[in-house]
Amino acid sequence: MKVDLTTRWLGLKLRTPIVVGSSPLGEKLDTLKRLEEAGAAAVVLPSLYEIELEHDEAEIVHVLDQGTEAFDEATSYLPDIQDFHTGPKDYLDRLTKTKQALGVPVIGSLCGMSKAGWADYARRMQEAGADAIELNGYFVPTDPELDAKAVEDRYVESVATACGAVSIPVAVKIAPYFTAPVHFARRLQKAGAKGLTLFQRVLDPDIDLEELHVGVDTHLSGSDELGNTLRWLAILHGRVGCDLAASTGAHKAADVLKLLLAGACSVQMASALIKNGPEHVTSVLKGVELWLEEHEDPQVAEVEGSLSQLHCEEPQEYEHAQHHKKLIRYTHHGE
Amino acid sequence: MTVETSEAVARTAEKPKAAKKWITVDGNEAAARVAHKTNEVAAIFPISPSSPMAELADALSAKGEKNLWGDVPIVLQMQSEAGAAGAAHGSLQAGALTTTFTASQGLLLMIPNMFKIAGELTSTVFHVAARTVATHALSIFGDHSDVMAARSCGWAMLAANNVQEAHDFALIAQAASLRSRLPFIHFFDGFRTSHELHKIEALSDDDMRTLVDFELVRKHRARGMSPDRPDLRGTAQNPDVFFQAREACNPYYLAVPIIVKEVMDLFAAQTGRQYKLFDYVGAPDAERVIILMGSGADAAEETVEALVARGEKVGMIKVRLYRPFANDVFLAALPATARSVAVLDRTKEPGATGEPLYQDVLTALAEDLATGNGRFERMPTLVGGRYGLSSKEFNPAMVKGIFDELSKAKPKNHFTIGIVDDVTHTSLAYDKEYDLEPPDVVRAVFYGLGSDGTVGASKNSASIIASATKMHVQGYFVYDSRKAGAETVSHIRFGPRPIKSTYLIRRAQFVACHAFQFLERKDVLAEAMDGATFLINSPFGPDEVWGRLPIETQQQIIDKKLKVHVINAYRIAREAGLGMRINTVMQTCFFALSNVIPKDQAMEAIKKAIHKSYGRLGEKVVNRNLDAVSRSLENLHEVKVPAKATNPLRRIPPVPATAPDFVQRVTAAIIEGRGDQLPVSALPVDGFFPTGTARFEKRGIADSIPIWDKDLCIQCAKCAIVCPHAAIRTKVFDEKDLEAKPGTFETLPWRGSSGGDFKGKFMRIQVAPDDCTGCGICVEVCPARSKTEVKHKAINMTPRLDHLEVERKNFDFFVDIPEVDRSKADLMNVKGIMQLEPLFEFSSACPGCGETPYLKLLTQFFGDRMVVANATGCTSIYGGNLPTTPWGANKHGRGPAWSNSLFEDNAEFGLGMRLALDQQAAQARRLVEKLAPRVGDNLVRAILTADQTSEAGIHEQRQRVAELKKLVEKVDSEDARELLPVIDDLVKHSVWIIGGDGWAYDIGFGGLDHALASGRDVNILVVDTEVYSNTGGQASKSTPRAAVAKFAQAGKRTGKKDLGMIAMSYGDVYVAQVAMGASDAHTVKAFLEAESWPGPSLILAYSTCVAHGIDMSKGMEHMRDAAASGYWPLYRYDPRRALKGEPPFSLDNQRKKITARDFMQKEARFMMLSRSQPEIAEQLATQAQRDIEERWHLYEQMAKIVPAPMTAPAVSSAAGASTAAPPAPEGEE
Repeated sequence: MKVDLTTRWLGLKLRTPIVVGSSPLGEKLDTLKRLEEAGAAAVVLPSLYEIELEHDEAEIVHVLDQGTEAFDEATSYLPDIQDFHTGPKDYLDRLTKTKQALGVPVIGSLCGMSKAGWADYARRMQEAGADAIELNGYFVPTDPELDAKAVEDRYVESVATACGAVSIPVAVKIAPYFTAPVHFARRLQKAGAKGLTLFQRVLDPDIDLEELHVGVDTHLSGSDELGNTLRWLAILHGRVGCDLAASTGAHKAADVLKLLLAGACSVQMASALIKNGPEHVTSVLKGVELWLEEHEDPQVAEVEGSLSQLHCEEPQEYEHAQHHKKLIRYTHHGE
Repeated sequence: MTVETSEAVARTAEKPKAAKKWITVDGNEAAARVAHKTNEVAAIFPISPSSPMAELADALSAKGEKNLWGDVPIVLQMQSEAGAAGAAHGSLQAGALTTTFTASQGLLLMIPNMFKIAGELTSTVFHVAARTVATHALSIFGDHSDVMAARSCGWAMLAANNVQEAHDFALIAQAASLRSRLPFIHFFDGFRTSHELHKIEALSDDDMRTLVDFELVRKHRARGMSPDRPDLRGTAQNPDVFFQAREACNPYYLAVPIIVKEVMDLFAAQTGRQYKLFDYVGAPDAERVIILMGSGADAAEETVEALVARGEKVGMIKVRLYRPFANDVFLAALPATARSVAVLDRTKEPGATGEPLYQDVLTALAEDLATGNGRFERMPTLVGGRYGLSSKEFNPAMVKGIFDELSKAKPKNHFTIGIVDDVTHTSLAYDKEYDLEPPDVVRAVFYGLGSDGTVGASKNSASIIASATKMHVQGYFVYDSRKAGAETVSHIRFGPRPIKSTYLIRRAQFVACHAFQFLERKDVLAEAMDGATFLINSPFGPDEVWGRLPIETQQQIIDKKLKVHVINAYRIAREAGLGMRINTVMQTCFFALSNVIPKDQAMEAIKKAIHKSYGRLGEKVVNRNLDAVSRSLENLHEVKVPAKATNPLRRIPPVPATAPDFVQRVTAAIIEGRGDQLPVSALPVDGFFPTGTARFEKRGIADSIPIWDKDLCIQCAKCAIVCPHAAIRTKVFDEKDLEAKPGTFETLPWRGSSGGDFKGKFMRIQVAPDDCTGCGICVEVCPARSKTEVKHKAINMTPRLDHLEVERKNFDFFVDIPEVDRSKADLMNVKGIMQLEPLFEFSSACPGCGETPYLKLLTQFFGDRMVVANATGCTSIYGGNLPTTPWGANKHGRGPAWSNSLFEDNAEFGLGMRLALDQQAAQARRLVEKLAPRVGDNLVRAILTADQTSEAGIHEQRQRVAELKKLVEKVDSEDARELLPVIDDLVKHSVWIIGGDGWAYDIGFGGLDHALASGRDVNILVVDTEVYSNTGGQASKSTPRAAVAKFAQAGKRTGKKDLGMIAMSYGDVYVAQVAMGASDAHTVKAFLEAESWPGPSLILAYSTCVAHGIDMSKGMEHMRDAAASGYWPLYRYDPRRALKGEPPFSLDNQRKKITARDFMQKEARFMMLSRSQPEIAEQLATQAQRDIEERWHLYEQMAKIVPAPMTAPAVSSAAGASTAAPPAPEGEE
């Protein structure tokens, strides 16, 4: 039996369900080519960080200005280099080059929270050749006056602005921390999102006990982080009218299958590929294929969401959030 | 040749002319653009004010700009001007069109080669931004003493008077040099022309091709040395032929005036600008004439035109071709009607019969008269005068004063103008109020704070007006000699005609004060005309600001009927995300108020300029500036001026009333900007000034200052050791010293046993609130944190104004508490050392300077017995630039004796001091021995055998010498009289030779090497910033690979020189590499060991600098990372260890977490390249990492090397000094 691994995402046709997630893997063209050869169906590039660009510009201006035009003998202290690369130019150039070099869809990723920034950079990514854009915004609401609705509004408005600025599809990569995720997901969809990616990996703060400094750190995900993604994929599947992509916890074929069954139409992998190399895609796909063969499911597309909350036999299992004894059902009370 | 030129003129005249292209540039750029186009090689070295020419040439080549022949000129930095001249000579001899740029002592260093270049009849042009030669003092400003010192070299000399001429004459000199085969000095006045911004007509490539004869270029190349057509040059000649050979060049010199005239005519035909060898301006029948050259000529021309217009028979001659001096052409230019003539020289030749130009004119006239049938029948009354030394103002009032003097029957000869000479009475009196500023010229003066963008904004405004209108513009910028809290004054003129006012604005229609604090101390309205507009940047709004102005300012506003506007530029800049840069805000306000061009048009032009200036740096920056433009217009308010001034607030005097007489009379005037008014008698005849004057200049430049929280303090004193300005201090004292203390003067009981024998005493950390620059380094290094709020430390940056009154009182009390008994302090411990009085305080170095903490530390150790030889550079500027000096003295009057000789000779200078001190000590010892029977044998023995290796030993010796002095004073003998002047040399004197890496690695390396090899007891401290900091960050041989610096724009391709290793190769040199931020204890140890080693010592001290592109408040952190990453290993090489059979080299730090690459990534000097050329940057960074690994590896091996048996290093100790190698200081491993 020949298994059909093709699927779709954001209106793009994918030859397999595995997409390279936004990560340092996207920085080198060679790596991306190997990933494509290994079977990756699309790549999401590393994020363009709005805040980084701004910071970078401000720092350069500050450093070049420091001490200037103050003293007779030295009106400046660093050479006046004219061809600085600041702003999004490098990122956009890389996007164009990647698009030209690869056959699979290339998705730009944009990290920031300003409306103007999202619209502007999204437009430029489209111009640079992106097949789609994944918005990857997250801000930490520290203002006690800011309520949950105001926080959500801020996302929704930014997403609407970005979606309005481009004709290519836009996905939104969300964080796992919202009060009412389903409601929020629907708002994003209404704002124009063609897909949701579950979930962002946000940087974790850390404390240096020696220096008493606070820093941030990031770490690679593991299969053990799969659960939360499964839960929300399953719950959202069928309840929002856009594509769902999984992005945290997919390390092996079994993980990918679980995510597909829960409701993902595509699965983004990053940590596992960083750990195991680009060729890991091939072995994961083999595993997926094998399972589909064994289960006589010739098409990936068919199994998508087959175990979502709406489609599974134990919908309440997705809702269990606290430790308690397994609820044993003594009577049949389904339809 | 003549015929050819005439034909060329004719051809040129027929050619259709291209449209004029106007550019707004300064004199340096004007000259350098032509030089780069018309040369193939440039050998360069930085020296103010010519450095920007070299920088531009380097930048153009780095960008790949080609010369007229389609090649990118090679621009190579040399180790000194002597090196640049040598390289230029070689390049010329090998046939390349070659140039260089220089000034002052730099030109003097070129003289030996310049004689040769002229002797070999070599075509070249050296471009000189003429600058004062250092005599009783260094001055970076402009006069002709340098070019005059070079006039015997046999070069043709062409003087440009303004920016346009600096552009034009660069080309004329080049063309004439090729035709005549004589080398040319093309010179223009330093700063006044080199740094004056002007709208000029640009020369096109076509213009240059027309003037520069390519056939002559080919001939020049063909004269180049080649093994294919060998010849012998640079021979040695003997009495038989040298003389005749020397005369063989005469025809070439005779031809030069004709050639230059022809080239000038050709130039005129091409460009429409006609110059002559001597340009006469004025009445054809002038009776009074002045003669001069340089920028003063424009001011004189303005005056002559005005006087002629009112019917006076006056005139002037602008000298263009100064050498060869064409007598006949000169005489033809001088009206025969001239009855009295003044020749003005911008130089002084003490002892001469007159200054050079005067002598030339005198000779020309005398020779004319001697022929009996010359142009003149009788000798006009001829006088010479000096003006404008070191850029001293020269304005129409002075020119008029000279003409008035010429009206007298017996005008004063050898006069001076512009000063009051009340000693030898050379100066002319003149009417200072005389003024020529025409009404249709707009004049604006902007007072700004260094780095706030004021100068940039003024330059931008000038450029905008220059390009948006047909108006001519002129911008001149007066900077501060202080680097921290520097003040700038921008003088901008706009007018319908070319502006010849080569002097400061005295009557402005627009005055802006960009820093509100200036109003507290400065008279910023001195230049405001009646009815002028006054713009203030103020934290106080339109209703409040009036009440915040000192009464003097209020009164001026009322008297002069000024229109006052206010804006809170810092708030707007902050809100727009521009930090402290208020240039865009203030520039917008200027255009909104001045109406120089219609407002809408002006705003469009500003926006265009923003895109141009910031476009390369990113869109966000552009947008922020654009945002600032609109915010500025919304927030600019007019201030209602009341009819009466009422404020009790008065301007603060420049120095306190308690300051010594000299400081009150002289220093205060200089601080206040009244230095021009000081008469000759007020100034020291020999340039010797008192030390310890910075303490009187309370500048109050910090926004926030460190405030002590005693409850958290652990008394480590790290804040005090790192403070670059000695503005945070600690002191230990007795309870009884506190009787009269202010109530706010908190103290802590002395804690712990380290630091010295101070049990039962008290201590305090004290800020000097008016001297702190607010750099924040002290807070960064403070290790003591609150348990409940980690960000709160034992000192915290707090708004200055909130603490000013209290801390002023506290500081005054603190200073008056008696200093600690030095013999009680533990000198191996930072806490102990910091109790010692610093004799280097409140330097004007950049806030957060990495160099000054080392100097301050030195003075805490050795200040009362040290002599300093200081190389020119940052150290000599913040150390010795008037008005004040941080080098101080203790209450006994003892302190560092400081002097600066030159940039290149500092090691020799210091070595010479050592020789003198050693000789004097030997004399003293000999005489003491002879006087033993008269003063007591025991005392003499004690003095001659004293152990002066410790503080206690030196203290005891001082007491013995004091006792001896009393006894000797009573002895009536020749020996006693001879002994007294050298008696203090019986106490050990410490010689310190201090300078930066530009000196030590480059220009002074030869001398440094010799001092190291001398075996003498000299201590050399190199504050190593890895660039020429003072002249703006040019690469030195200390600059590491991969760093970007001026002259290494594309990243330095070669590795850093290992100066320490070179010094170690002598075996008897103590060498240490230190970084205070990495280990203050190591720095301390190295300083003590170096000083105690009776031979030469070298300390390389890592010094952070703004040129590194770092946050200066984190300087110590960068030092720590530099060491921890292996980038800057800490080590000590102590020959004493070799004597003991131990490895003399000790690698003193360990490499930690951070890699060299991590370290480099935090500094813009390394990161800039990755922004423009990422691939090259990556390649260089890899190599740089390799350099560091290799050096570390080598040092690790060295640390294991024990000396071969019986090879103790020989120390050729100074004759007569206490010679025994001292025991190793405590703490020796």
